[in-house]
Amino acid sequence: MRRLLLVAALALAGFPPPAAAEAAPRLEAPHYDFDRATIRKGAELFAQRCFACHSVAHIRYQRLETDLGMPLGTLEDDIMLPSDARIHQGMVSAMRPQDAAKWFGVAPPDLTLEARYRGIDWIYTYLKSFYRDPKRPTGFNNHVFKNVAMPDVLEPLQGILAADGRVIKKGSVSPQQFDRDAADITAWLQYTSDPSKLEREALGPWVIGFLAVFTLLAYALKRVVWRRVHRGASQAGS
Amino acid sequence: MASRMAALRDWIDARMPTLGEEYRKHLTEYYAPKNFNFWYYFGSLALLVLVIQIVSGIFLTMNYKPDAALAFGSVEYIMRDVPGGWIIRYIHSTGASAFFIIVYLHMFRGLIYGSHRQPRELVWLFGMLIYLALMAEAFFGYLLPWGQMSYWGAQVIVNLFNAIPYIGPDLALWIRGDYVVSDATLNRFFAFHVIAIPLVLLALVVVHLLALHDVGSNNPDGVEIKKHKDASGRPLDGIPFHPYYTVKDIVGVVVFLAIFAFVMFFVPNGGGYFLESNNFIPANPLQTPAEIAPVWYFTPYYSILRAVPPMFDSQFPGVLAMGVAVLIFFFLPWLDRSPVKSIRYRGPLFKIALAVFVASFFVLGYLGTVPTNAWGQFGAWLGDAQRATVVARIFSTLYFLFFFLMPWYTAHDRTKPVPDRVTAH
Repeated sequence: MRRLLLVAALALAGFPPPAAAEAAPRLEAPHYDFDRATIRKGAELFAQRCFACHSVAHIRYQRLETDLGMPLGTLEDDIMLPSDARIHQGMVSAMRPQDAAKWFGVAPPDLTLEARYRGIDWIYTYLKSFYRDPKRPTGFNNHVFKNVAMPDVLEPLQGILAADGRVIKKGSVSPQQFDRDAADITAWLQYTSDPSKLEREALGPWVIGFLAVFTLLAYALKRVVWRRVHRGASQAGS
Repeated sequence: MASRMAALRDWIDARMPTLGEEYRKHLTEYYAPKNFNFWYYFGSLALLVLVIQIVSGIFLTMNYKPDAALAFGSVEYIMRDVPGGWIIRYIHSTGASAFFIIVYLHMFRGLIYGSHRQPRELVWLFGMLIYLALMAEAFFGYLLPWGQMSYWGAQVIVNLFNAIPYIGPDLALWIRGDYVVSDATLNRFFAFHVIAIPLVLLALVVVHLLALHDVGSNNPDGVEIKKHKDASGRPLDGIPFHPYYTVKDIVGVVVFLAIFAFVMFFVPNGGGYFLESNNFIPANPLQTPAEIAPVWYFTPYYSILRAVPPMFDSQFPGVLAMGVAVLIFFFLPWLDRSPVKSIRYRGPLFKIALAVFVASFFVLGYLGTVPTNAWGQFGAWLGDAQRATVVARIFSTLYFLFFFLMPWYTAHDRTKPVPDRVTAH
């Protein structure tokens, strides 16, 4: 069989034009402190609103205690929802992918690495961009992700918006609080995508500080050793 | 203490004098020109990064699974569950890009000071072989995380061999070990990445250094220090590599490590160039991504590949152009006809040509990271051509002209008189 000549497609025809580039909304950057308290809040919101369908399978429950300082009781009562969940296991949703595909048309993706794939601005803006669309099976559509299969799970908090941003029904929290909630969930997903961030940003300044001091010592050593060369040069008059 | 050290040295000398001889030959009695400048850090730094990659690679291998079903997850396992695993992985991924940055700067140094010129042609040729081996190493390694870009990048590169007339399809099949990139491909790429190519790399590095130490290092003035020796046969402008350049290179090493650590700890993605966001979704053989681009260090060549239009219903001209763009570096020592080596004593023609070449390398490098429609189209008067493609064609032409016209402009360029001895240090 002749392999599909990918090169052909890439080299001459160019890439297919980006679909409806003018319709893509500007992504909004979330404002939050990337600290343990924010991430814990995000984790709880995630467990309440997202975890029924979405896994974050590469994160073990235990890390919420060891990494984020979540009390074991909270972890067991609020986060470990699947009845057979064990503390050392990854956070796998109780929903079976086969069922999900049947109900939504597509299995909800694992979100562990979503923040590295799409970026935090995308997630934050996406969570805030649902609007009423009677044409969709769920009754909702999204400005960032056109015709998304996911229902607006944050609707009880945000309320219902029209496509133009008009409020159709008020939510249970203020718009400012909703922004904070969406930011917390985003912070949580940023954490799941790279849990090392907390540790490495704490460790980094020490390592670089050590190397800075080492640079001074190394430079001083070089100066001392090279004094002979410079003296020799001045004697030779070159 | 000193006498004990001396006793140990005598003990070894009596049994294996080679050790001491080689130590003297390559370190304490290897005379390097005393006027090395900033550009001369990158040789020792390349060696350092090679060691960093080998050591961090060994630790990654302890936890990585070369299996299409497990590879992606095992990398995430390393990032989360292996103690210190994220450090090892970020060292390795940052090291890959650092290696190419350093090697490109090292090659540029050769270019500006004429380090490829007689009598160092073999040093240059072995260096170029290292560069080729490094490209292969990077290519094989990039498949291992088994992300979407890993998979489709490998698919595209292997398909390049498809375009070779007659033997292409069989050759591509032979490389993949399957009709598509698959578990079999992953396994053999793993073997190439962790043992085959590293062995070749190490051997080539040894030969590169042996060849260098036979002829001696060039320097920013491009003069031969061996022409002027003192009564005991030591070059007047030479100083022993150890201790002078070992202590100097340590300064370069710590400064480099500080920059390296900054990337590792604060921006490990390198702005999406060192680790690409598209590679954080697992490989999906059934879904071709809308855009496939190689990692930044291959993008100048990738731009050239895309810039060449297909001819006679074949992609081979593009593939050929890309191959020539890399391999033409081998001929530099013979393309350069200038009577002087260093840019310090060359005239305007070479300087302009070099500036155009560097600009071409950067522009092509950038264009290789974006889709060909990134800059929109020209109007109907230019047949609605993609602006980025036209620009890539212009700069690809300039890239090749740098080499093809080199025999002419280097021979006709004005030069300044070259001093007898090295100048400032």
